[in-house]
Amino acid sequence: MAIFLTADSKVIVQGITGSEGTKHTRRMVSSGTKVVGGVNPRKAGSAVDGIPVFATVAEAMERTGADVSVIFVPPAFAKAAVVEAIDAQIPLAVVITEGIPVQDSAWAWAYSSGRSTRIIGPNCPGLISPGKSNAGIIPATIAPNPGRIGLVSKSGTLTYQMMYELREFGFSTAIGIGGDPIIGTTHIDALEAFEADPETDAVVMIGEIGGDAEERAADYISAHVTKPVVGYVAGFTAPEGKTMGHAGAIVSGSSGTAAAKQEALEAAGVKVGKTPSATADLMREIMQSRTASNL
Amino acid sequence: MEYQAKELFAKHGVPVLPGETVDTADAARGVAERIGKPVVVKAQVKTGGRGKAGGVKLADTPDEAVEKAQAILGLDIKGHVVHKVLVTEASDIEVEYYVSYLLDRANRSYLAMCSAEGGMEIEQLAVERPEALARIPVDPVQGVDAAKAREIAEAGRIPADVIDEVSRILQAMWEVFVEEEATLVEINPLCRTPDGRIVALDGKVTLDGNAEFRHSDVFTAYADVVAEDDLEGRAKAKDLNYVKLDGQVGIIGNGAGLVMSTLDVVAYAGEAHGGVKPANFLDIGGGASAQVMADGLEIILSDPDVKSVFVNVFGGITSCDAVANGIVQALGMLGEQATKPLVVRLDGNNVEEGRRILAQAAHPLVTVVDTMDGAADKAAELAHTSSETTMKTEA
Repeated sequence: MAIFLTADSKVIVQGITGSEGTKHTRRMVSSGTKVVGGVNPRKAGSAVDGIPVFATVAEAMERTGADVSVIFVPPAFAKAAVVEAIDAQIPLAVVITEGIPVQDSAWAWAYSSGRSTRIIGPNCPGLISPGKSNAGIIPATIAPNPGRIGLVSKSGTLTYQMMYELREFGFSTAIGIGGDPIIGTTHIDALEAFEADPETDAVVMIGEIGGDAEERAADYISAHVTKPVVGYVAGFTAPEGKTMGHAGAIVSGSSGTAAAKQEALEAAGVKVGKTPSATADLMREIMQSRTASNL
Repeated sequence: MEYQAKELFAKHGVPVLPGETVDTADAARGVAERIGKPVVVKAQVKTGGRGKAGGVKLADTPDEAVEKAQAILGLDIKGHVVHKVLVTEASDIEVEYYVSYLLDRANRSYLAMCSAEGGMEIEQLAVERPEALARIPVDPVQGVDAAKAREIAEAGRIPADVIDEVSRILQAMWEVFVEEEATLVEINPLCRTPDGRIVALDGKVTLDGNAEFRHSDVFTAYADVVAEDDLEGRAKAKDLNYVKLDGQVGIIGNGAGLVMSTLDVVAYAGEAHGGVKPANFLDIGGGASAQVMADGLEIILSDPDVKSVFVNVFGGITSCDAVANGIVQALGMLGEQATKPLVVRLDGNNVEEGRRILAQAAHPLVTVVDTMDGAADKAAELAHTSSETTMKTEA
């Protein structure tokens, strides 16, 4: 099953004709993803590696049955691209674009409320269900085999690092939700889906300083998650970021520090590793004891 | 800074008192003369607590304004040296209110905050009397119209006789928030003067760096003229994502999350090596070309606090052989400028080839360690031993 993205997912790429869009479309195809189309209003009717380019998301969906869009459109046009995907009622929009103005993200999120599109990102590497489908830029070669660990992370490179450390076990789905102040799918959304996914046995959750998403995820885990979760939080020694103004810290009701996040997660029964490798070791123990008890 | 916030307020119709910024004490005289009333001379720095630090002073005459400006210019307020002062009309204050709009990350939306009890530190008010601080969600699509502005003012218990004017100001502030693409617009205090005027006495605007491409005029006008740290200024000029810290181990990595994690791992490793710490944050991003690596190394090696360097790269999209070539070429470009030991950890895409290239180059300064934790330990150890050596040499 995996979460959000399965072997049946039909993927289109908004911005397929741009250099990043073309490069990553090829990588997605080579890792087995069904990329059925691309979107660029000025190049409709052409093709990229034999993949047809359509004028609009709605047309691409109608012609191909696509249910996932991966968005590589530059920041200035990203809001319009996301709104177009929402209007076309595509079930999943994965926004890879980095550097989207935060008011555009806030607007698009508010617009999606009450509509049928799940947004992942922006400023994220996307998600991969190894052996099934890959929507975004996560290199499939890091951990090519399907497995039973779920992974959710704010950071792209830490996603890669953790997948690499645990490649012997493989992943059901690994999802990078992005590090921007306003993102679509959250840690909690992913935890909920992993909890419900029969192919996922345990979850690695990677967070970082800023906001209070990790604290809220900890509350959610206490109340709703029965599968083992291990965590890692980056940024114990990082200086206070620009997005952490005083007023924002009041609103979130926490100082947004790594220590506060670790404390909240541990209180919820999540084992938190001191380093990425130590975190991988915690997950390794869990997976090995499960294998042993299944014998 | 305050004066920049006030310029944005004035541009969108939020009332402010007349005033001008100056960077010399003599220039304060002309401003005070033009205002023709007692003035306040206020340090313009990007930090709070100016009043307590002696950065805000009242002047009754133009001569006094010069004197006060002289006293304030050059002051060091929490590490920020005062290069500019704002000379503005002094006003009697009857009541102080608080109003702001900000990003609400938890709800992926915006929030308006309003209180009839302004003036004090708002963090303090939020803790001590949370019921006095109204928090009203603002829908990004719907925004703030006249009715919404009034709802915010009423929730903050703004008195009936000024609620029309405060509501109008809330709409003008919303215009600042949306049109300038801010993540925070705050007026504290919003004052009512004895003659019944409502004016923004002090305020803060935080702009969204991602929106710079739509507001290059404002960003250019408000760019920091004086770089706070020479290394940071040079890094910025080379488009490097660099932050100076106070440790001894220089850090280069790819991806913000991995670099943040690298700082932590080095700090832990440092506990066993005389308490050495990371000297900087430097994210060279996905590409990691030889040129970017050379630019990064050049900045870090020129930091006198740095005793060793830890290059931590996970090859995701980038392959490790390209990174290894980048390091070798960068060291070649730097030549004799490269004097400090480098610990390199590569993992991921094409790692064997990457390690082979580094082994073949056999640069005397480079040590390759296979794991991130092991490499951090080695870098911390080298920083510790070389600082001890330096100390002995100096002694």
